[in-house]
Amino acid sequence: MRRAAPWVVLALALAFPLAMQAEHQTYYLSFASRIFVYALAATSLNLILGYGGMISFGHAAFVGTGAYVSSILLSEGVASAWIGWPAAIAASALAALAIGAVSLRTRGAYFIMITLAFAQMMFFLVNSMKAYGGDEGLSLRERASVGLGVDLGSDVAFYYTALTALAAGLYGLHRLARSRFGRVIQAIRENEERAEAIGFPVYRHKLACFVIAGAAAGLAGALLASHGKYVNPNVLHWTHSGTLMVMVILGGVGQLWGGVIGAAGLLGLEDLIANHRMEWLAAMFPNYQQHASLGVGIVLLAIVLFAPQGIAGLARGRRA
Amino acid sequence: MLELKGVSKRFGGVVATEEVTLEVSHGEVHALIGPNGAGKTTLIGQISGSLDNDSGTVLFEGADITRAKQHERVRAGLTRSYQITSIFKRLTVVDNLALAVQARSGSSFSFWRPVAVEAALFDEARAIAAEIGLSGRELAVAATLAHGEQRALEVGLALATRPRLVLLDEPMAGMGPEESESMIALLERVRARVTMLLVEHDMDAVFRLADRISVLVSGRVIATGAPAAIRAHPEVRKAYLGEDAGA
Amino acid sequence: MSGILILEQTLNGLQFGLMLFLLAAGLTLVFGIMDMINLAHGSLYMLGAFLAATLVQATGSFAAGVLLAIPATAVLGMLLEVSVLRTLYSRDHLSQVLATFALILIFNEAVRIVWGPDMPLPMPAALSGPVQLLPGMYYPAYRLLIIGVGAVVAALLYLLVARTRIGMLVRAGASNREMALAMGVNIRWLFTLLFGVGAGLCAVAGALLGPLLAVQVGMGENILILAFVVIVIGGIGSIRGALVGSLLVGIVDTIGRAFLPILFGLFFQPRVASAAGPAIASVLVYLLMAVVLYFKPQGLFPARG
Repeated sequence: MRRAAPWVVLALALAFPLAMQAEHQTYYLSFASRIFVYALAATSLNLILGYGGMISFGHAAFVGTGAYVSSILLSEGVASAWIGWPAAIAASALAALAIGAVSLRTRGAYFIMITLAFAQMMFFLVNSMKAYGGDEGLSLRERASVGLGVDLGSDVAFYYTALTALAAGLYGLHRLARSRFGRVIQAIRENEERAEAIGFPVYRHKLACFVIAGAAAGLAGALLASHGKYVNPNVLHWTHSGTLMVMVILGGVGQLWGGVIGAAGLLGLEDLIANHRMEWLAAMFPNYQQHASLGVGIVLLAIVLFAPQGIAGLARGRRA
Repeated sequence: MLELKGVSKRFGGVVATEEVTLEVSHGEVHALIGPNGAGKTTLIGQISGSLDNDSGTVLFEGADITRAKQHERVRAGLTRSYQITSIFKRLTVVDNLALAVQARSGSSFSFWRPVAVEAALFDEARAIAAEIGLSGRELAVAATLAHGEQRALEVGLALATRPRLVLLDEPMAGMGPEESESMIALLERVRARVTMLLVEHDMDAVFRLADRISVLVSGRVIATGAPAAIRAHPEVRKAYLGEDAGA
Repeated sequence: MSGILILEQTLNGLQFGLMLFLLAAGLTLVFGIMDMINLAHGSLYMLGAFLAATLVQATGSFAAGVLLAIPATAVLGMLLEVSVLRTLYSRDHLSQVLATFALILIFNEAVRIVWGPDMPLPMPAALSGPVQLLPGMYYPAYRLLIIGVGAVVAALLYLLVARTRIGMLVRAGASNREMALAMGVNIRWLFTLLFGVGAGLCAVAGALLGPLLAVQVGMGENILILAFVVIVIGGIGSIRGALVGSLLVGIVDTIGRAFLPILFGLFFQPRVASAAGPAIASVLVYLLMAVVLYFKPQGLFPARG
């Protein structure tokens, strides 16, 4: 039953657009695509955080790098996704290599703060790029083009593209977790010192993991930019890293579907609060919809304090 | 095989090891004894690479490994075990050992092929499990093992890296008499193919196993020699064995 | 580039650095002793600023408002410590990060609900003019006040930590947490007090910087990250490190932003210089952090060896 579940989900996802009525199609397909893209980003963070045990608070930097590189190429006339997206992936991987190389030499609290700081550095860099919108962001006229007779401007086409990327990412993570590399990464998470003491070059493995995750995040960023035809520096802001982290935690750290569940859950909740007014809640808190993040904060705090099973994967009294 | 020259380490104002000069010959079991706080674990850390040296030289089979990283030393054939059990608690016994086997058998930068298909890896892990007396417990999660079994796994992990010299830090820590006997038997089985530097408090085990003994007191080596000589050594008796050193 | 301009920017850097120190000092001790990552420290800074703005309006006096805001924020900080943060000391870093991140969300919205998105905090009229420091050089009186207050507080803090029994306990705790925790209940209340002091320092910084930077929701986050950079550079748990780090960051950031574009203009074409100059200037402190980390992964003066 459990082995069949992923296939069932995939089948449902494939059939979803066909089942949608034309009137709602745009909205739900677009929303679903957004979930897929965030799920990919969250899954890439899950690799570092859940499987690797590295508490990186700067993952948004890699999503943002991918988003900006692909957007800049698009705005400069390079319409093909076959150039833009690999470029985004390569740029993010490079950023992850650079940031990881310095950050991974540190441990614990230092590592968390440093990843945070470097991500914010990327934010400021991008913010100061006046040529590409600066703090107002960059609007794109069109989504990237994949050729092959497919127009990504169509929501259905984009939906399937995003779904493909997510499926590829999940399958990749599935294989990676079972591979030699995956075993070492999980061993490092379990007991880093002993992993080194039985002969694994821990730093190198962590760095490789960081780069792989950065690359995947870059793809998610490129998709995100094409999806909304807009990118702005906030995509690199550290609160965005926090959001990704919350997704992974809620969905299940170190679980294959953690990123997917978390993204769907958080984005679904966000949509619910913003677009579907709940009268009973409004009766108590008339403006609740504008202060949604207060609710999110309280719920998150409650989960961390009282229901640590939600983050049981990492939180067994272990220090980073 | 192993040579330490003037090896020292301090932590802030505290001197842990000072000018330690020691030598382990090929094929021997060399015991390192000393009172609590003498610096034995620190020294093991310095030899294995877990800790940096403030000064001194560590030579392994003629090569200077003073600045080598720990994983490099393991690859060269020098591995340690830990006094406070440091295993992969949430993995099974066989997975624990398979990791160590994996570490020395080819690259772990393989991202696609599942490890599960590598039968040789797991066969060897099971063989080591048998050697350390955990045959029936292969699939048990390490955290559920009894203390003695965990210590056996602790040593097994080190042995699984096929070291030429193994640094054993109190393998019998916290063990009762039966468990200690098993451990001693294991070490006797293994000594033919692995040189050992053995840190231990269990004097019975030390005198049964050791070819030579070095005594560490307050971070310094005060004596080295055959067991009988050490037993009779006046300074050792005074500093460590106490009045009734006829144990 | 006149010498006066350089001096002025250096003083600005000093001023900013001293205020950063007020934040970093409290933060580094909490990190060092309790090994706790507290992202909500910036929220205390924000609360201090908002409380000061409110109290200044209520009392009509800048000094009164600021002075009252300090104990008010300290009390709130201590309440926060006793209720929520204490339970996080024994938890792992991820839980601490998530919980304090949640606190940021809560504080930001709560402040927005109570006060609105921002509040005015005008500079006291008596200090809004320039003061002549050297012939031909004038410097804003208010900024001199900040430097003065910052220097005095830094000196007091140094004396407290380096010369008193309490300070000795704090330093010992920073270098050996297990020992500190083993010392029992009295130590726990000492840390609550310590946290309160840290919150009070945040209030001083928030209130004093309020007239210069805006008092608005979310003001804590940007300065928090800089405080992190300071601590990473200076070394976790070290007050001396926090001071050196803050001054370094304050001066490098200020002077960098002021002069790097000009410097670039000397060597590169205008189009490149006008884009690259400000961009690099804004990330100069992060590059500084990277360089320091490369040589000293634990900062310049780590409290623990």
